[in-house]
This record gives sequence, C-alpha cells and structure tokens, in this order.
Amino acid sequence: MSERVNVKKKTPAPGTPETGKTEAGKTETGTKPVEGAVSAAKSEAVLPSLGPVGMLRWAWTQLTSMRTALFLLLLLAVAAVPGSLFPQRPANPAVVTQYIKDHPDYGKVLDALQLYDVYSSAWFSAIYILLFISLIGCVVPRAIVHYKAMRSQPPRTPARLSRLPEYGTLVIPADAGIPASRAIDDAAALLKKRGYRVEVRDRDGARPSLGAERGFLREVGNLVFHTALIGVLVSVAAGGLFGYSGQRILVEGDTFVNTLVGYDQFTPGTNFQSSQLQPYSIQLDKFQITFDRESKGKFGQPIDFKADVTTKENPGAPAEHQVLKVNDPLNLGGTSVYLTGNGYAPVVTVRDAAGNVAMQGPVVAKLQGENYYSSVVIKVPDAKPEQLAFAGFFLPTAFVTPEGVSFSGDPELFNPQLTLNSYYGDLGLDSGSPQNVFELDVKKLTPLNARNLPTKGIVLTPGATHTLPDGKGTISFDGVKRYVGVDIHHNPGQGYALFFALLAVAGLVTSLYVNRRRAWVRAGSHEDGRTMVEYGLLARGEDHRLAGEAAAVRAMLAAAWPLDEHTEATDDSPATDATEETASQPVPSAKADNDRADTALPGAGAEPASPNHPAEDATQPTAGSTESKKDQ
Amino acid sequence: MFPINETMGQYSELFMLLAAGTYTVAFIAFAWDLAKSSKTLRAVDEKAAELSAAQISRVPVGAGVGASGGVVDRAESDVAGPVGRAERPTSSVSGGQAAGAGLTADGGMRYGGERRAPARVAVALAVLGAAIHAAGVITRGFGAGRVPWGNMYEFLTTGAFVAVAVFLLVLIRRDLRFLGTFVIGLAIIMLVAASIAFWTPVGHLVPALQSYWLLIHVSIAVLSSALFTLTFAMSALQLVQSHRQKTVAAGGTDKLGFMRLVPNALSLENLSYRINAIAFVGWTFTLMFGAIWAEKAWGRFWGWDTKEVWTFVIWVVYAGYLHARATRGWTGTRAAWLSIVGYLCVVFNFTIVNQFFNGLHSYSGL
Repeated sequence: MSERVNVKKKTPAPGTPETGKTEAGKTETGTKPVEGAVSAAKSEAVLPSLGPVGMLRWAWTQLTSMRTALFLLLLLAVAAVPGSLFPQRPANPAVVTQYIKDHPDYGKVLDALQLYDVYSSAWFSAIYILLFISLIGCVVPRAIVHYKAMRSQPPRTPARLSRLPEYGTLVIPADAGIPASRAIDDAAALLKKRGYRVEVRDRDGARPSLGAERGFLREVGNLVFHTALIGVLVSVAAGGLFGYSGQRILVEGDTFVNTLVGYDQFTPGTNFQSSQLQPYSIQLDKFQITFDRESKGKFGQPIDFKADVTTKENPGAPAEHQVLKVNDPLNLGGTSVYLTGNGYAPVVTVRDAAGNVAMQGPVVAKLQGENYYSSVVIKVPDAKPEQLAFAGFFLPTAFVTPEGVSFSGDPELFNPQLTLNSYYGDLGLDSGSPQNVFELDVKKLTPLNARNLPTKGIVLTPGATHTLPDGKGTISFDGVKRYVGVDIHHNPGQGYALFFALLAVAGLVTSLYVNRRRAWVRAGSHEDGRTMVEYGLLARGEDHRLAGEAAAVRAMLAAAWPLDEHTEATDDSPATDATEETASQPVPSAKADNDRADTALPGAGAEPASPNHPAEDATQPTAGSTESKKDQ
Repeated sequence: MFPINETMGQYSELFMLLAAGTYTVAFIAFAWDLAKSSKTLRAVDEKAAELSAAQISRVPVGAGVGASGGVVDRAESDVAGPVGRAERPTSSVSGGQAAGAGLTADGGMRYGGERRAPARVAVALAVLGAAIHAAGVITRGFGAGRVPWGNMYEFLTTGAFVAVAVFLLVLIRRDLRFLGTFVIGLAIIMLVAASIAFWTPVGHLVPALQSYWLLIHVSIAVLSSALFTLTFAMSALQLVQSHRQKTVAAGGTDKLGFMRLVPNALSLENLSYRINAIAFVGWTFTLMFGAIWAEKAWGRFWGWDTKEVWTFVIWVVYAGYLHARATRGWTGTRAAWLSIVGYLCVVFNFTIVNQFFNGLHSYSGL
C-alpha cells in the first residue's frame, strides 16, 4: 500500500548487477515479507500439489501485493464514477423513480445492477472491502518489520562505501593529533546531533567505523496514514449505525420539540433508540431574507437568510435567543440544526356552511418555480356538513401575461395573491392511510370553484374573503408568514472521522517529507600519521535531498576537525553522477592532500590483503561501471 | 456584505484581456525560443559530432564499448537495460544525465551558461502578463467585495493566474522555461474560456457560499489545480521525451529537435513526482476542508454529491500515481499516464461536472 515498498529493490547499490536485486528482494527488511513468499509460491505453483492451505496463502499474498492494491485503488476510482452519472436513491429517491419511468428500456436494468445505489452496492462494497483487507494485510506485517527495524542497530558498514550514491573522503593532517578512533567518536557525536541513530563498530581496531540511520518517522507516517484511513472508514460506518437525521418545517411562531412526533420526516440509524433524543425546543420567531438589488444578472436572488429563534436545551431550561443561518448551524442536545429551505405560508381562515371556523392558520406553500411561485393545498376535514379542500398557487408578486398566464415577478411580497380552486366531498383522511399534505387527490371530490366552471377560480389578496358557492362556506386570506425547513442531524462518527482524517494527513506529510537515510563513516590511519576518513550515504526510498545532506555532513565533519575546505562540495553538484561512475567522485579540499583521489586510502598498504580494505574502493573505481555494463 | 462596484468589475475584465494579450506574445516568444534553440543546438551538435568522429577514428578498435560510438551509445546506457531500472529514479536526480548530453537538456534543470534571448523576452513578458493578470484578479475581488473565486469565471481566471505565478516562482530556482509554451498556452486557454464560455458579471455570493471556508477550501483547490497543471505539462513532455530517447537510442532519427531543450524523461518524472506529492497533499486538504464545510452547510460531511464523487476520484487517481511510482512495472510511462488521467479528471470535474451534472455544487454562476 505504500509508495515505498519496492524502492530498495529497484535502487540497488550503485552498479549492483541484476543478481543483487533479487537478493535485496529477499533480504530487504523494509519490504513486504510476502514478496519473498510470492516468488517462492510462484516457483512452487509449478508443482501439482499446492494444497488448500497453499492456495489460501497464495490468494492472500496476491491480495496483499502492491500490484493488486494499486489495481483495486484504480478500480475504486472507476467504480465511483457511475454514481455521478445516474441519479442516486440516497440523495433523492423520487428522481430515481422518475428516471426509471423515463427510461423504460434500460432503467430497470440499471436498477438490477445497483447503479442507483452505487455507494452501497455489492460491487462497490466488494472493491473497498478488498482494498481495506489488502491494506490491513500490508500494514500489519510492515508495522512488525518496522518495529523490529526501529529496535535494531543500523546495518553493518559496507565494504565499499564508494559504491554508495553519496560518497566522500576527508583527510585529517597528522599534526591535528586526531586518531582514527577519535575521528569516529567525533563523527558519531555529530551524526547523533543531526538526528541519526549511531552505532560505532570496532572503535579500537585498525579501521573503526560507524553506521547511522535516521528518518524512521517516514515509515511510521506511512503506517499511520494507512491505519487512519481504516479509522475514517470505521467512523463513517459508526455514524451510520448510531446517528439519525430528520426534517421539520417551521412557520414563524411555530415551535419544534425534539421528539419523534416533532419531526416531519425522520431517518434513524440502524442502532437508533428514541431515548437518544434530548427534548430541546426551537421556536422560529422571525425569518428574514435579503435579496440582491444591486447586480443586474442576479437581481432578486437571495443573498442572505437569517432566522431568529428561541431555543431551550430542556423543557425547564431558560430560553435563549439565537440566530440560525446557512453555514452556521445551531448545536443543541448533541445534534446540529441546519437551515435548508424556506418559503411563504399564507394564513387563511376557512369557515364552513354553519359559519364555524373549520380551519385557521398558515398553510405551507411548496416552491414550484421562479420567485417563490408556490403551490398551495388546503385540506379542511373539520368543515361540516361536507369536508372542503382547496388547491392552487401562491404568488408573492403576481403578474398576469396578456395570455392570461400568471407568474411571480419578484420574490418579495409586493402583490401577494392566492389563486385557488375549491372542492368538497370525502377527503379520505378518516381511513387512516397517510397522505401527502402537499398533494390533493381530486378524483373523489366535487369541484366548487375552478377556472373552467361558471363559478370561476378564487383569487384572493390579503384581507379579502371569498364566499364559496352553494353556501358551502367562506375562505379568507388573512396574511402571509414565512417558513423555514430545518434539517436535524446527529452523527456520532463525524468527530472521529475528522480526527482520523487529520491523523491521515499528518501521516501523509510525514511519509512524504521525512527522509530515511543511512550513513556510514570509516576511519583509518595512514602510515605517515594522517587520519583518513571516508563516508557514504544511502537513501531508503526517493530522496532528492540526499546530495544536500551529504554536503551538510561533510561540512559538519570538516568544521569539527578544522579542515580547510572548499565551500562547495562536488558531491552536491548536480553534475556528479554517483550511481554511474565512482571515478567521478573527487575529494574536494583546499589541502593538496585532499585533492588527490588516492588519499582516500586510510593506512594504504598497511593491510593490502584485507577484503574490507577501503583501498579497494579507490583503486577499483571502474569496478561498478564494469559490472553494470555486464548487467546491461 | 460589501456593495458591488461594477466599474471595478469592468476594469478587471480589461486587465484580463490585456493579460491574455501579453501572454499571447509571451507564448510566441517561448515558441520562438524552442525553435531557435533547437536550431542552434543542432548546429553545435553537428560540429561536436564531427569532432568526436575525428577522435573516434583515432581510437584503436580494440578499445571496446567506447569505440562503438558517440552520442547514441551514451544514450543507450540511459534507456537500455530492464525498463524498471532505466526508468527508476534513484536518489541521484541527475542520474543518466551524462547519457543524455546533447540529446536532452540538463537533468538538474539548473540555469546554464548560454544566453537564450527569446526565452528571456518570453519570461519578462510572462512576468508582465502575470502582473496585469494579478491586477485583474484583485480588481475583480474589490469589485465583488469578496474573494474572487465564487463562480466558474472567477475560479478560472484566478486559477490561471496561480498556475502562471507558480510557474514563474519555480523559474527562480529551476530552469523550466521549456514548459513555457505549455503553461502560458494553458493560461491563455483558461482566460479565453473564462471570458467566452463562463463569463459572469460581478455579483454577490449565494448564502451557501458565504463562509470563511470558501477562502480556505477553494484557494487550496485552486493552488492544487495549478500544481496539477504543471505536472500535467511535465508528464506529457515526459512521454514525448521518453519515446524520443528510445527512438534515438534504437538508432532512429530525431524528428523532435526542439525537445533538446527539455530534460530527459527521468528528470521530468522525478520533478513532476515532487510537485505531484505537494499537490496531492493540497488535494487531500481540499477534500477534507470541503467535507468540513459540507458538514457546516449541508449537515453531512460526505454525501456522494457529484462534485464530491469527482473530487474523490481525482484523489484516488493521484493516490494511485504515488503508489505506482513504487510498484514495479508501473513507474515511468505508466505513472505519467496516471498523472495525465488525473489532470483530465480535474478538468472534467471543473467543466462538465459543474455545468451538466446536478449537484449541490451548482455555483457555476451560469
């Protein structure tokens, strides 16, 4: 799962031939151990009997391999796309139903393929679950390997430091009086200060050396990032299990109490219990909208919504005045309350044949078109002797075209008008089956007023009253109030999701910008008394600043043993091609000593036969390139 | 809420026009630089080839590999061998640079000694264009009395400015002038598209956008998109260069002389990886801050809104890119393709999704 997995294998020590790669693949600690197993499994796969356990193991190594993870990741990207092409049920089920109706040829096929529920579909779930299993199968072994690596000492000093991508030598003159052991001690102290973990080897021997490593946080960050992603997924799932959400429409003056009956619509999570609801209350005192009267293109567009509300945390708690706005939800009783909709609610009074008030109050008008052109449905089941119903439109600023089509010219109440048809008969409300309050089924009703009847439709302006034909009653338009739609959400998972997301980002940044580096320093005494020091650096993973690090280490060492150095180290120059030619690594120094490449031989000639002899590095500068030529 | 200043808005549009004009001249200068330099380089190269041919004739045949040849052989050591190895970046960015000498530009992308007058003119013009462009963006902001990225027109004009600004800033450290035609060309396209297809007069924001998260979420999205624009250009050049290097190494003729000004494919890949890594972190923040804002505005932090889906898809594609760089057989060309696909998703997310898909992010202003 990590971008670092195979790096080591592919950046063998410079000039290392092909064989070195496969070895590195098996022995490299930072690599997934399963990789070695993969090659082993592959060689075994030729044999007829792999056995069920072997098959399982094979499947597991396949699943947790980097290649599979990458494939699943890209597949996830592709699989997410259909969700943006087709309407989705969770977003709006009505649109999906309409879509299936509009596309009779393939609408049902898409439904069978779960393309209207992409993100909860079997195939989408399969991809991300496999991806996360693969991720776990990768993170756990890597965490174990890294834990061991963090507890172990830096790797042994390579025989030929000159083969490393960054390499250099320093010569301490004899009169400085710094023996090899002290040079190594100094280097160890300096590298420790620079954040390296250092181990000194063979301090009192002829060729003391040290191994150093830093940047363990890189892999930690990497592991934290991937683990945190699992955390995000679990948090989202937990939110779905224990959360709930609901909607409620509040007309000015209305009060909402957070109980199940208080909601117009309620969607509980799987593990929701009604005891979770804290009975707070919200009263809508006033709702104001500011419309854009400045810009030409967007004249009349709402630019500010502001709801003044009075809230109580509990029925007995003191009332508190608050302002609810878009982008500024209220937080009450563990829930968040959002302003999501608004509209007009004309206030009407309906009297029945006997003159009794059968219905009085605001009627929520449902938005239909531009400038708050809204539909109105009024059901009056209490009217006697027969139930009454009205259906029509509300226009805040009514205009009528020459063709007789009415429209709303402005969102504000400049010329409010209610145009209605009226009906009487059995509304069917007594049967107990639920009805949509915004729709009126007129099939079983008898029309009283309608445009095509001699009675004509009812047109009301505020304060006006219309008398229904046949003495069925009257309807008065008393005034207009505004209403708001609020969404109430409780998602216990989202705080955790945020925490894990932040953790993931921290891990990501760490894994991208902390560099894991190894450094080795070896010292020896020349027979003329000079102390020869050579060092090499190796990056684990991509590290474009390794050359800079080498230069810094060099400068540090040179400053510690006051050596007169050229300021610019050639190691830092982009022209240095360390990987290709070891010969092109001159040793910069103002001192004549340091100008000669062969000064890199601490104690040259003292132990000519030693396989560990640094001399070999300098005397066979082309060895690496020769081998790499063979390799190619 | 600040009042709208339409005069400022008109000035802004004038500045945008002037900026696009200046960029066009800069674009021509960059193209001229490519054409001219490729000619000059070829002439120099031919001379060098003659010289080395003369030298080679003096080298005994028994000298082995070295005798077999000038530029071509050295190029071979760059691309030949197992693909994974040749394409694989090592810690040494300049790796294979010796091999590319003459064939490609300096892998370190540092400024060299030679004077390229057209390139200097082009950069100067680009700086001038960016200054005018900045004035356009700022006056737009003042005209609308808010941050100038509330609709597609503003997002595009500001995004183009950030892309050019990032490019010019990187130029201070690295010689990326070979990208000039690409980046300036894209900026011109963005400005023209903004002015023609997405033009919107200065106006107030809808309430859903009135949040300090607009400042945070969108600015990071613009910056990341600008960085993705740079890496898109580099990845495209990387593919061309990689193909060219292989052709030349195989003994084919070099038909794309102007690509001599472009560094080798490996260096391009390494630098675009570094920029993509920054942009990926930026995009992660875009996604996260978007989720936090969505929670504040719509009551849920993730709802698979079309825009959210595509932001997620882009994130996953670039995550795939980062992983590909560490997967055997997926480095080099394949990774470059992923980077290009990712950028195409960014473009798709901005144009098609904003205009034609229904969703909560319907703020195109059209």
